[in-house]
Amino acid sequence: MFPALANPARFMAFSRWAAPLLGVIAIGLLAIGLALDFRAPPDYQQGYAVHIMFIHVPAAWMSLVVYACLGGASFISLVFRHPLAQAAARAAAPLGAGVTLLALVTGSLWGKTTWGAWWVWGDPRLTSVLVLFLFYLGYLALDASLDDEARAAPATSILALVGLVNLPIVHFSVTWWRSLHQASSVFRADGPSMPAIYLAPLLTMALAYMAGFGALWLVRIRAEVWRRRAQVRAVRAAG
Amino acid sequence: MNPFIAILRRELAVSWAGGGGPLVAIGFFIALTSLAPLALGGDPVRLAEAAPGIAWLVLALASLISLERMFERDFEDGALDLIALGPAPLELAAFVKAIAQWATTQAPLALVAPLLMVALGAPWRLAPVALAAALAGGFGFAFLGGVGAALSLGSRRGGVLIALLVLPLFTPPVIFGAGAIEAFAAHLDWRTPLLLLAAYALAAAALCPFAMAAAARNALS
Repeated sequence: MFPALANPARFMAFSRWAAPLLGVIAIGLLAIGLALDFRAPPDYQQGYAVHIMFIHVPAAWMSLVVYACLGGASFISLVFRHPLAQAAARAAAPLGAGVTLLALVTGSLWGKTTWGAWWVWGDPRLTSVLVLFLFYLGYLALDASLDDEARAAPATSILALVGLVNLPIVHFSVTWWRSLHQASSVFRADGPSMPAIYLAPLLTMALAYMAGFGALWLVRIRAEVWRRRAQVRAVRAAG
Repeated sequence: MNPFIAILRRELAVSWAGGGGPLVAIGFFIALTSLAPLALGGDPVRLAEAAPGIAWLVLALASLISLERMFERDFEDGALDLIALGPAPLELAAFVKAIAQWATTQAPLALVAPLLMVALGAPWRLAPVALAAALAGGFGFAFLGGVGAALSLGSRRGGVLIALLVLPLFTPPVIFGAGAIEAFAAHLDWRTPLLLLAAYALAAAALCPFAMAAAARNALS
């Protein structure tokens, strides 16, 4: 996180206008992306199912981006004991789990229409995204099961960092596993590079997801800061 | 006395106290394996094909059962406080705890795993590779499991939470371990997955003690 925003008061002043601004940008980009999406012609192989790509692929990218944010915030929280970084990590986790679930569900729908199967175990990406989803679930479960917030913060940060180290290894091992099994013949081997008519809506949607995540993340961090302030007031009022 | 030896002797002694130590894990392992033919149907050809995979799945599950006792018991009776106050760094204590966990749970399971695999119908020639893979994989399971056990200290849902935290981390060892046996059976290159498995286990042994110690210190603070 930017050092200038490490001050909670300054962060609240910044996010007060940044969160709605990012939200408006996200809605605008979403509208442009969907308009470009509807103008894109049906794919010669996949037909109209290609439209799922514009929802699915950015979600899959974001599932990794959010985990990187979660890991980075956890690192700052663990090393510098910064309360705002901890709030940021906690706020990112449910968003990451949601976007990963979206990637899994839309991927499954896409797979059903193009490969003819909801789920193909031979594909390394499917399995590694599923493991990523489990990492998010583990983080949320650990966070929910520790009552004492002061203790929950380092524990969840350690878990997020362990997950961050393991993600590339999981991805590598699953890819290796697939090469052993040779199961997938349904996939085109990295077909021709994508034409611009598909690339433009895809990148617009990716930016829309990014802005949307930024807006929701800031709102959730603000909510976390407010919750803590309310807690402090309640304790003070109780004397 | 050397703190390494002292903690190791204590851990090994404690693991036998109250509960039969490794025997419980082995009993669980056998009971779980006996369900596999019942679930998959008695077809010997299919069972023989699935035997290495079943053995690995059951090994990963059986590795979980004694994890809860790894830190929780010492945390509750105050022994962990004494270990933390002692001359040895907590990282060393965590390392030794994981070694003891391996010696009392995963290593006995690794000795039984090839036998159960053969009992399900796999050929005897797979047994040496299965033993080597189970020994190396179990080493990784002990260290990764220790991180989950230390992180869930003080939580209200010990066992199930540890399983949820740890099982996703078991993905690479399960892939490489079962893959090595499968490759050996198919006369393919089985050394690469076995070496990758050993590399993963050694990396876990090098890094996990720091995570375990940080988590334990956090729970004690």
